[in-house]
Amino acid sequence: MSAVASAPAGVLDVALQSAETAAFRAQDWFAVLRQQGWHTFQSLPMPTRDNEKWRFSDARTLSLDGYAPAPAPTPAQAADLIARSRLISDAAGLIVHVDGHCVLKPTLSAELVAQGVVFESLEDAVRARPALLQEHLLKHPVLLGGDKFAALHRAWLRAGYVLHVPKGVEVKQPFVSVTWTLTDGVAVFPHALIIAGERATADIHDFHLSAKADQRALAISAVDIHAGTGSQVRRLAVQAWGSATQSFQIDNTCGGRDAVISSVNAAVGSRRARLENTVRIDGPGADVSLYGISVASGEQEFDQRTLQVHAAGHAKSDLLFKNALLGKARTIFSGLIKVAPDAQRTDAYQTNRNLLLSPDAEADSLPGLEIEANDVKCSHGATTGQIDPAELFYLRARGIPLAVAQELLAQGFLEEVLAKVGHEEAAAAVREMLRLKFHQA
Amino acid sequence: MPDSLVIKNLNASIGDRPILKDFSLTVPKGEVHAIMGPNGTGKSTLSKVLAGHPDYTVQSGEAFIDGEQIIGLEPDVIARAGLFLAFQYPSEIPGVTIANFIRAAIVARQAKGAPFDAKAYYNELYAKMDALKMDRKFTSRFVNEGFSGGEKKRCEILQLMMLKPKYAVLDETDSGLDIDALRIVSEGVNAMRGPDTGFLVITHYQRLLDYIVPDRVHIMWDGRIVHSGGKELALELEEKGYDWVKQDLAKA
Repeated sequence: MSAVASAPAGVLDVALQSAETAAFRAQDWFAVLRQQGWHTFQSLPMPTRDNEKWRFSDARTLSLDGYAPAPAPTPAQAADLIARSRLISDAAGLIVHVDGHCVLKPTLSAELVAQGVVFESLEDAVRARPALLQEHLLKHPVLLGGDKFAALHRAWLRAGYVLHVPKGVEVKQPFVSVTWTLTDGVAVFPHALIIAGERATADIHDFHLSAKADQRALAISAVDIHAGTGSQVRRLAVQAWGSATQSFQIDNTCGGRDAVISSVNAAVGSRRARLENTVRIDGPGADVSLYGISVASGEQEFDQRTLQVHAAGHAKSDLLFKNALLGKARTIFSGLIKVAPDAQRTDAYQTNRNLLLSPDAEADSLPGLEIEANDVKCSHGATTGQIDPAELFYLRARGIPLAVAQELLAQGFLEEVLAKVGHEEAAAAVREMLRLKFHQA
Repeated sequence: MPDSLVIKNLNASIGDRPILKDFSLTVPKGEVHAIMGPNGTGKSTLSKVLAGHPDYTVQSGEAFIDGEQIIGLEPDVIARAGLFLAFQYPSEIPGVTIANFIRAAIVARQAKGAPFDAKAYYNELYAKMDALKMDRKFTSRFVNEGFSGGEKKRCEILQLMMLKPKYAVLDETDSGLDIDALRIVSEGVNAMRGPDTGFLVITHYQRLLDYIVPDRVHIMWDGRIVHSGGKELALELEEKGYDWVKQDLAKA
C-alpha cells in the first residue's frame, strides 16, 4: 500500500477524457453528449449509505481511483478471446470487444442486411447513423441512484453496439455480444442500444467476461432497449467479470403497446456488482418479464435495484429474482412497482427469493409498491431461507453426499429462472457458470 | 449374521418421546418381511431411524447390514452401504430432474473419478420406466413435482430398481395408490425379489400383501414387535382387527 498522493489518473483524468472525445470532432453531437456526461459526473457526489437508493450497500468502499482505459489488445490476444467468444453456435451475428476495443465486427447474413437489420459497433454507428442514434441513445432517465456512474459511462461512451431490427422483421437467432476485460485495472464502459421496430422480434445475448478469473477492473455498462409496438424482445445478460472487478450495470427498457419483453440477468462475477434495472411500460397490452439469477460467494456483494413503471394501463409486468448465497456473500434486492394514476387494469408482480447456503451469508430484501391507480392487481413477496431439511434428507437417503446434495438443491432452486432463457445452449452456458461457483467457494 | 438386516434392541425417540422400545428384528437377504401395525406405533420411525434421519435420537441398540453397523452413520453413508428407504411421502425437489437425481445417486456409488456410462444408464433407466409404465418424458420432469400419489410411488420404485440396494424398506408404499398403481408398484418389487435383496414392507393394510406376498409377517405395537408369523398372519389380523393386537398381543 502506497501512501504517496497521486494526481488524478485514468478515468478521472480530464485530459485523457477530452483527448478521447476529440476523436469525435466530426460527430459534434456525440462529443457534446460525452462532455455533458463529464460535467454531470463532476457535479454529483459519490453515493453514501444514507441515500435510500443505496441502502444496505457497502457504499464506503466505492472507489473510482486507479482505473484507466487500456490500449487495444495484440492480434494474438484478440484472436484468443474471439475464439473463446463463440458460445452460441446459431448466432445471427457476433460482436466482440476487448478492453473497450471492438475486435470482431458482426457479419450478418445477406437476408438480414436486405431486411434492414443493423448490428454494428457503437463507434461505427455514431459515424454512420447519427439520426437513429440521436433519437435513441441515452434517452432514458437514470432513476435508481446510479446517476454518477451513468454520467461517467456517458463521458467515456465509445464501446458497445447498436442493434436495430426494423418494423416487421423477425429474427429468431440471437444477436450475441461478448465484452471482455483483459488488462488489470482497465476501465470499460460497454453500451448496448437495442431498437425493435413495430412487430419486430429480436433475441439478444450479452456476455460480460474477463480473460482471467481474478481480473481487476471497473465496468460501467448500460443498455437501452426500445421495444416498439407489438415487438418481441428477449435478452439474456450475463455478468461474469473477474473476481476483483467493481461493476455497475444500468439497464433501461421502454415497452410500447403490446410489446412482449423478457430479460434474464445472470450474475456470477465481480467483487461488487450493482444492477439497476428499470422497465417503463408506455403502451397498453405490454407484457414484461424480468428475471434475475445469481450465485454469490466469498465476499461478493450483489446489489440489485429494480423498478417497474406502469405508465399505461392494461399491461403486465412480472419480476422474479433468485439468489443463492455462499460464504460471506451479500445480496441486496430492492424492487419497486410504480403504477401511474391512469394505468388501470395493471397486473404487476415482484418476487425475490434468496437461498442461504452459509451461516455467514446475508440477503436483504426491500420490496415496494407505489400504486396510484385503483383497479390493479399488484403483489410483491420476498423469502430468504435455507435448504429444506426434508429435501436434503431425501437426496441423502439416496446415497448422495451432503455437499453434492446441497449443490443439486441449489441448482434446482435456480433452474426455474434458467428455464426462462429460452435458448438451450445459452442456458447450458449459464448453468455451467453457476455450477462452477459452487466449486470455487 | 453376515447376510441379514439385523436390528437389535433399538431404542429411539423424537424429542423426549420414546418411540422404538427395545425393537429387534432380523430380515435375511432374499426374504420379504412385512411389518403391520396400527398408526402411531412407530413403523415410520423405524424406517427413518434405519435411514439415519437427523430428527430422531437413538438411545441404545444397533442395526447391521450384512454385519456392518449403521446406527450413527450419516444418511448417505447408510444408503451407500446398501439400505434403501422408499418414502411414504417423497419430497418434491424443484429444479432437479429425475434423470439427474438418479444419476447423482449412481455416481455417488462409483469409485471417485470413474467414468459414467451415460448410454448404458439411459438404456437401463428407460427399460425400468417401461416396466413401471412410466412415460419416458418423466426423466426430464422435476422429482415428484406435481406428481400424483401413484406417480410418486412409481418414482420411488424406479429409484429402488436403479439403485439395487441390499435391503429395501418400503414405508406405506400402498398409501395413496389406486389398484392399478398398486399392481404396477408390486410387480416392480416382485421383479426385484431374489437372493440378493431383502425387503421390509411396512404397511397398515393387508391389501398390499396380496400383491407382495411376504415370507414373514410381524405385528408392531408400541415400539416393538409383539407377534410374528407366516403370511397367513396378515389375513388373521385383517379379520380380527387391531383391537386383537391391543387386547391380546400387547400383553404378551
